[in-house]
Amino acid sequence: MTREVVVTGLGMTTPVGGDVESTWQALLSGTSGIRTIDEPWVAEQPAKIAGIMAVDPGSVLERVESRRLDRSQQAALVAAREAWAQAGRPDVDPNRLGAVISTGMGGLTSLMDAYDTLLDRGPSRISPHMVTQIMPNGPAAIVGLEVGARAGVHGQVSACASGAEAVSYAARMIQTGRADVVICGGTEAVIHPITMAGFAAMRALSTRNDDPTAASRPYDLGRDGFVMGEGSGVLVLESADFAAARGATVLGIYGGAGLTSDGHHIAQPDPEGLGAARAIGFALEDAGMSASDIVHINAHATSTPQGDIAESVAIRAALGAHTDNVVVTGTKSMTGHLLGGAGAIESVFTLLALRDRLVPPTANLVDKDPEITLDVAAGAPRALPQGDIAALNNSFGFGGHDVALVFRSA
Amino acid sequence: MSQEILDGLAVIVNEVAGVPVEDVQSDKSFVDDLDIDSLSMVEVVMAAEDKWGVKIPDSEVKNLKTVGDAVAYIAANQ
Repeated sequence: MTREVVVTGLGMTTPVGGDVESTWQALLSGTSGIRTIDEPWVAEQPAKIAGIMAVDPGSVLERVESRRLDRSQQAALVAAREAWAQAGRPDVDPNRLGAVISTGMGGLTSLMDAYDTLLDRGPSRISPHMVTQIMPNGPAAIVGLEVGARAGVHGQVSACASGAEAVSYAARMIQTGRADVVICGGTEAVIHPITMAGFAAMRALSTRNDDPTAASRPYDLGRDGFVMGEGSGVLVLESADFAAARGATVLGIYGGAGLTSDGHHIAQPDPEGLGAARAIGFALEDAGMSASDIVHINAHATSTPQGDIAESVAIRAALGAHTDNVVVTGTKSMTGHLLGGAGAIESVFTLLALRDRLVPPTANLVDKDPEITLDVAAGAPRALPQGDIAALNNSFGFGGHDVALVFRSA
Repeated sequence: MSQEILDGLAVIVNEVAGVPVEDVQSDKSFVDDLDIDSLSMVEVVMAAEDKWGVKIPDSEVKNLKTVGDAVAYIAANQ
């Protein structure tokens, strides 16, 4: 018998809003956060657009805090403070408090900036904060220090599945009795010429530069790749008993997780979606649920030609005929792809959809690809039924990582 | 001259560690009074080296207990 895990706090900073509610309202109204990158280096880049955080996290934090942190760490700290405040800053034994914050690429922009300094001014001018800015466990450590976590601080690394994997690991810490409360999520901020060039070299990015807000278009026939985004999402998980004892407001319930790997290709999805389908199946099993319990999926849906189809195939393989009754959305159409932050912000979106019984539309879905056999929300928010309902959040990462999470309404 | 260095150092300490400029006085200890940790001290030293064109080797940094120690070292080695 494992302990039930509930969600008591949510925090976000994204390309469409600096907090949870502004982000959520933007999504419900179908607003895109994608814009042209206003930097001189963009001139020679194939992809010149991105989802830049709507509110600069460095401007939200104290100046001294900001200068010591990588941008991904700044975003995580902003989101963590919002989530922790909403949870009511739980009075928990520090030895029973954990932090699990993931990133796909760590402090890569800080590393590149430091390398520029090294070449220009020599080794004596490298910041003493550079190492802690670039280490991939940095965001987890920063958030762990913020709340005083001593049960364990961890950072799962699985590219674009990292944020979702963090949530699953955090829940496991509670289920196995290591912690009563765990603050968890993911963060990313790597909009830099080196990453834009690298993803462009893989032909992974949309080059719809003349129409930024229309560039990320999951499931649409005109999709031509993902759009890089940045930001962070954070959740406060706690054992249901601990939350009840302190009278916390429960925002949603963590159902379960399924984690698999494709064993197919370093960067391309398995066209049969086998790994993803198994992840969904394991997540349902872990949650003690069946396919027919699911009413909504926040899909990975990055807007790549192959990936969106592979996920569609996987969903149908996992849910069978019930797939027709499930409302799917691709919120990356508005936020862009936050890489290691994606699974975290989309977990938050999934919980908000269950809370408000509303699925945000997939922006830019005009001409649906006939190979996509899903009921995709588009044009306007779609209502979900009242009563106890459950939803899935899918996240997949380069390397063949497949993570599916199940959440239930409070 | 020393007052100019003190004023400049106060700005640096404020920038690096957020300590109010008016708290950075000659008799204050970097560690005990101003709560400057070893990483922040490295930053203070780097900024001071850049500003006054001095070299402050690590072997000297450990002798710079107070703000006044740093002001005197910079004035003498500028």
